[in-house]
Amino acid sequence: MYGRKVKLRFLFVVLILITLILTVFLVLKSLEENVVYFQSPSEIKALSELDKKKIRVGGMVKKDSILVKASELKFVITDFKNEINVSYTGAIPNLFEEGKGVVAEGFLKDRNFFSATKILAKHDENYMPPEVKQALGEK
Amino acid sequence: MFKLLNPNKIFQVTSKAPKYILFLFVVVLSVGLTEALILSPEDYKQSDAVRIMYVHVPAAWISLGIFSSITFLSISGFIFKNKNFFLIAKSLAPSGFVFNIIALVTGAIWGKPTWGTWWAWDARITSMLILALFYAMYLISWRIYESEEKVFKITTFITILGIVNVPIIKYSVDWWNTLHQPASINILSKSSIHISMLFPLLIMTAAFALFSLLIFLMKYNTELIKIKNKGLDRL
Repeated sequence: MYGRKVKLRFLFVVLILITLILTVFLVLKSLEENVVYFQSPSEIKALSELDKKKIRVGGMVKKDSILVKASELKFVITDFKNEINVSYTGAIPNLFEEGKGVVAEGFLKDRNFFSATKILAKHDENYMPPEVKQALGEK
Repeated sequence: MFKLLNPNKIFQVTSKAPKYILFLFVVVLSVGLTEALILSPEDYKQSDAVRIMYVHVPAAWISLGIFSSITFLSISGFIFKNKNFFLIAKSLAPSGFVFNIIALVTGAIWGKPTWGTWWAWDARITSMLILALFYAMYLISWRIYESEEKVFKITTFITILGIVNVPIIKYSVDWWNTLHQPASINILSKSSIHISMLFPLLIMTAAFALFSLLIFLMKYNTELIKIKNKGLDRL
């Protein structure tokens, strides 16, 4: 139905696409460590050696873990398997709250202790009016 | 099939349709904005900042949709040697680019009060920036190259390179840890956005789609006039 040239051009496009997808896939796969925005406490625990570089740790702020002493803020990031203690001095975003997502940027002291230089609140995918949240909470 | 599309008939549609589309756009946008800014509830966590989402999400959807469309059109135009496909793609691109920029800017405005930062080099945000760069390359190449042969090939190549990025944008939030939250709307499973917020979101999406259609018709009409002025009776 279609001419030989049309078929060849189709094949040409398909080959370019396959090559590109494979290349991009391999590149992203090998760069995985750098593509992720933060690491979880479990991933930190599993590190073979501690990096001196600035890293980001993310997870949930553990319930009842926030301690404010003078200008220093202390809390615990958890992924419900492992935990890491964070200390921080500075401004915190409005959405920073116990039981909510957080990403802390800073330096590892050891596998259990993290000194943050910046705190970002991570919002989750749930959107609802306050009344609905309340109703859900009462259940 | 393509020969049935008589340019004169298309021209009749593209020169008259915009005023009706404009009217429809204004109506839908007014309803959408009233819903999004006044009637819809505030979020339990972000309070009024959630309203930015009614512009941000539709803009991002439309820019992804348009890029996919111009890729499909360019590849089809390249395979079947059909000039019309390229002209449709060319006319679609500007509104896709504008919505891409709107998505990035509104994302930054939302990010500052909620995350605490304007910009993060996470996978979702970076891949969206890359899409904007592909749009820019696509639009610029239409201006640089005079010869049709060349511009058709180069724009097709740019869209093929850029389309690989589109699934990365979509799945970046699932594949990697990102600061950006995962999708709230799932076709196959239950959505994690309340119906009172989903409704204005869908109306705003319809409004933006109508705006893209409007700009497309006006741009495409100009392309048809250019062809007419050349005295050619076919596409």
